[in-house]
Amino acid sequence: MAQSVLKVVDIKKSFAGVQALKGVSLEIKAGEIHCLAGENGSGKSTLIKIISGVYTPDEGQIIFGDKVYSKITPIEAIRNGIQVIYQDFSIFPNLSVMENLAFNEELANKRKLVNRKRMKKIAQEALAKINFDVDLNAKVGSLSVASKQLIAICRALMLNARLIIMDEPTTALTRKEVNALFNIILDLKKQGIATLFVSHKLDEVFEISERFTILRNGEKAAEGFTSELDNKKFTYYMTGREFEDKPFVPTNVSEDPVLSVENLSMNGFYENVNFSLHRGEILGITGLLGSGRTELALSLFGIMQADTGTIKIDGEPVKLDSPETAINHGIGYVPEDRLTEGLFLPQSIGDNIIVSELDKLSSRLGIIDRDKKKEEIRQWVDKLSIATPNPDNACSTLSGGNQQRVVLAKWLSRDLKVLVLNGPTMGVDIGSKHDIHQILRRLAEQGLGIIIISDDIPEILTNCSKILIMRNGRISAALTPDEADTQVLARYMM
Amino acid sequence: MKLQIKNISTAIKDIHIKRLLVIMVLWMIFMGIFRFDKFYTLINFQTMAAQFPEFGLMALGIMLCMISGGIDLSVVGVANFVAIASGQLLKIIAGGAGELNGFEILLVMLFGMAIGLAAGFFNGILVSKVKIPPILATLGSYELFRGIAIILTGGKAVSGLPIKYAETIAGKLFGLIPVQLLFFAAVVLILSYLLNRTTYGIKLYMLGTNATAAMFSGHRTERVLIQTYALSGICAALGGLIMLANYNSARADYGAVYTLQCVLIVVLGGVNPMGGKGRISGTVLAICVLQMLSSGINRFPEISSFYIPLFWGGVLLLVMVLNYYRENKQSQGGHKKAVISKYRIWVRKSG
Repeated sequence: MAQSVLKVVDIKKSFAGVQALKGVSLEIKAGEIHCLAGENGSGKSTLIKIISGVYTPDEGQIIFGDKVYSKITPIEAIRNGIQVIYQDFSIFPNLSVMENLAFNEELANKRKLVNRKRMKKIAQEALAKINFDVDLNAKVGSLSVASKQLIAICRALMLNARLIIMDEPTTALTRKEVNALFNIILDLKKQGIATLFVSHKLDEVFEISERFTILRNGEKAAEGFTSELDNKKFTYYMTGREFEDKPFVPTNVSEDPVLSVENLSMNGFYENVNFSLHRGEILGITGLLGSGRTELALSLFGIMQADTGTIKIDGEPVKLDSPETAINHGIGYVPEDRLTEGLFLPQSIGDNIIVSELDKLSSRLGIIDRDKKKEEIRQWVDKLSIATPNPDNACSTLSGGNQQRVVLAKWLSRDLKVLVLNGPTMGVDIGSKHDIHQILRRLAEQGLGIIIISDDIPEILTNCSKILIMRNGRISAALTPDEADTQVLARYMM
Repeated sequence: MKLQIKNISTAIKDIHIKRLLVIMVLWMIFMGIFRFDKFYTLINFQTMAAQFPEFGLMALGIMLCMISGGIDLSVVGVANFVAIASGQLLKIIAGGAGELNGFEILLVMLFGMAIGLAAGFFNGILVSKVKIPPILATLGSYELFRGIAIILTGGKAVSGLPIKYAETIAGKLFGLIPVQLLFFAAVVLILSYLLNRTTYGIKLYMLGTNATAAMFSGHRTERVLIQTYALSGICAALGGLIMLANYNSARADYGAVYTLQCVLIVVLGGVNPMGGKGRISGTVLAICVLQMLSSGINRFPEISSFYIPLFWGGVLLLVMVLNYYRENKQSQGGHKKAVISKYRIWVRKSG
């Protein structure tokens, strides 16, 4: 049996009275690919921060080989070969690839003067370790998320990592990039480097990891070999609930399309896009990153303008030149990145809900009717069961799933005809994801036309009544869920 | 009424406001012990109330811009430009005899406010349409307005104004309440209504919190920005009109220290320089505290007034340090959190 690189025993940690970890143990062996799964708030991040020395545990031990610690500092963690790649990568976007890779070593050697030649050599060696080909002089900020991640991995490897912890590394990656990342992880395994892979995406857990640990509410819900795990068990361990995924069947489809797009083209992004959406339908649009799906969505919301072609609402051609006009025509848009584009985190939950319907709650002079506002907020908090003791609290106090509901509430309060959702359940845990899908289905039944743009193929297959696949700016296929499966979709996407 | 009390009690919960109240009370006790007879006089309070509105109004304008996530460094430039132009107009209207009636004063004030509005609108265009960072746009326009003011006057002071103007604006209502204070109070009431009860207020706070999300929510963010800088311009213009009355003259370089002083006031009052957060009550309190501190120090003849800037700078840095420690105490690993949140903001602003 391989020796363990890291062992934590019975770790307990509480924050301000809330017990985040209630005695969790975890063991990782050399060269192992281990998956740590759990919903938001299950204690995954806390555990990682304890392993990397950011937090000190209240109780428990951290064991590296034969060294036993009751608490460690970040430096000690690094010396013991622990490297964490966080979601935001901790790299310097304004510096070049070379500088990002080399400066650690320059600093560690206390050099006061920079030698570009030497830095270049260091950087090249680092990149060679994972056969990653990138322009050394490119600014890191201008690279894709996947490339940034690879640079972070290179940096981790330079520091003689024995265990690399990746915190939800695939959230912003396309399928192709995920495959590339997995190949690198397998390669690291051959070099004897273990990977702790934090994820709540089921297919990835099955695909890459050998063993798994699932946390729920600060406790270990299950551990074992991935080969013994199946879909249903996984969901159950994660949530403590059982779900059934029935495919969506539209019941209340209108005769005429509510939205029709004819020969829509935008130079360099998409061309000749045609589709129509009826009330009551859920239309799924999928495609690789860069296939034009996001630009198409932004054009429907008036943020980007198509060069040619027409968009019709209820049969009438409309010109969508700003979000305001799109909203006035009854189109809502839930953006890709909830945190930076959809929400005002420090502001109250209530204000986040009503932010797009201010005109409805105020007089012509712009004076707000406070009672009406309060009533409106209360109504939406109830309708979407947003879990908060007080809607005056900041939106940042909510969990990811509840925040996504706030974004939904913001649009539903507008009485829309069409709702476009870009990645509606990205970064949302399984329980909330299920609930959001139920909400969308219910809305469709009530006569809303819904467009879901997503990478999550199972999500598209189970929740949509029509599927469009985009490739290089063109619609490469229009299918119904019964004639499609994961392989078919992937074939049209690539 | 119930609502009023709720507002006040939530305001007091705001740590910045609490702290300013403590500083104010301590200082009042201190003055009570050492200079009771000189500080606690009607005339002293009247003097203070006549002094602070001129920079207080400018600070209110900066506050609005800072809530939007920007800043307005041109307020003093606008104020002097308005004071000079209005002063010259006053002289023309009054003619050789120096006669002036109430209607003419009102007319001149409207003229000054219109200039302020135009100047603020100009700033708003630079910031929202041309997308120049607010700190640079308004620093540039400050120089521009100052340049116009110098050309208008040839660098000299505008003086020999009809005395009626100063008598009215720098006078006292019922011989008791300084008129400057009335202007200030009116602006405070209007702005507080705008911020708390209108869609403009919500849009402003939302824009300052997250400009992208505001755009995605269908707000016309450019318009909100222009309105904000225009309001700041009007506030600065009123400040300039009061300066004109207080000094009974105008010059391109009056009040040069006010720019930074006003920024300090606004930050002291709890407005987040990153935008999206801040209360008008905090700003007003900060204005009062600083006025009391400087007037109080003046009651000690053995302390030179040269020490006042030193004292202010010290208070400001102290508050910043307290803020820092307080934010870090709130959560474990606070420093890390602060660094990460700064990083996020950076990411947001850079695209």
